Amino acid sequence: MTTKPRVRIPSPIKAGDVIEVKTLISHVMETGQRKTGDGKVIPRNIIHSFIARFNGAEVFKAELAPGISANPYLAFHMRVPGSGDLEMTWLDDGGNKVVETVKIAVT
Amino acid sequence: MLQCKDVCVVDRREFVLGAAAAALLAPLLAEPAVAQGKGPENEWQQLLKRIMGDATPTAGRIALELPEIAENGNTVPFNVSVESRMTESEHVKAIHLISTANPQPAVATFRFTPASGKASVASRMRLAQTQDVVALAELSDGKFLMARQAVRVTIGGCGG
Repeated sequence: MTTKPRVRIPSPIKAGDVIEVKTLISHVMETGQRKTGDGKVIPRNIIHSFIARFNGAEVFKAELAPGISANPYLAFHMRVPGSGDLEMTWLDDGGNKVVETVKIAVT
Repeated sequence: MLQCKDVCVVDRREFVLGAAAAALLAPLLAEPAVAQGKGPENEWQQLLKRIMGDATPTAGRIALELPEIAENGNTVPFNVSVESRMTESEHVKAIHLISTANPQPAVATFRFTPASGKASVASRMRLAQTQDVVALAELSDGKFLMARQAVRVTIGGCGG
C-alpha cells in the first residue's frame, strides 16, 4: 500500500446532498490460497478494513475478505450536512495503515 | 515461478486466517475438499446461519447487480443496494456478501449508519468458478433481506 489511494467525489456539493465517494487503492490482496512453484503457501495479506469518517462520525465501513479483488475499488455513499473533512483509513493484515483525508466544501 | 492458484480450489486447503477473517468466519477451519462431496456448499449456509441466527430473511428491496457472465473471475464488478430512508429509526445496518463456491464463503461485510445516506456499495469480487452470489442485508429492526444472483465465470481465477 505504498502508492496514494485515489478518491473521487462529485462537485459541486450542496448541504444535505447524498454523494457517492469512489476509492481505489493498490494492494495485492493475497488470498492465502496460492502456492509457490515448490508448494509453499503464500501467506494471506489483504486489506481487511476500510473506514470512512466525516468530521469524526463514521459514514461507512467495509470488512473485506480474500474474495475481494486485488487493488480494491470501493464506492460508497454519504450524506453531506455541511463542509468538513472526509477521512478514510485502509488497514491490512501486515499492520499497514493508509489514511487519506479529503476536504469537502459545500456551495 | 508462481502458480496462478489464487482463487482455485487446491488439493491442500490450508486457510490462513487473519484476525478480521476469524471474526467473520469463526470455526470455518479444515473443511473437507469439494472432492468429498461436501465442501463449500455447507460453509456458506453455515455462515448465513451464523449471521442471521434464527431469523428468516425475506426477498425484495435488496438489489444485487452482477454480470450474468464474468469474463475474468479475478475481478467481477458488483453493486449491492437496499432501498431505505436511512433514518435513525429505520436504516440498513449491514450488507453481507457471500460466495457459494469460493474456497472461503465470506466476501465482504459493509456497515452503514444513517449518515451513509444510502445503503449502496460497489466493488469487485473474485469468483473461483460459476456460482451463485448471495447478499444478505441486516436492518435496524432486526430483520434480514436476501438476494441471490447466478454468475457464469468463463475464465476462473486461474486463467484456465
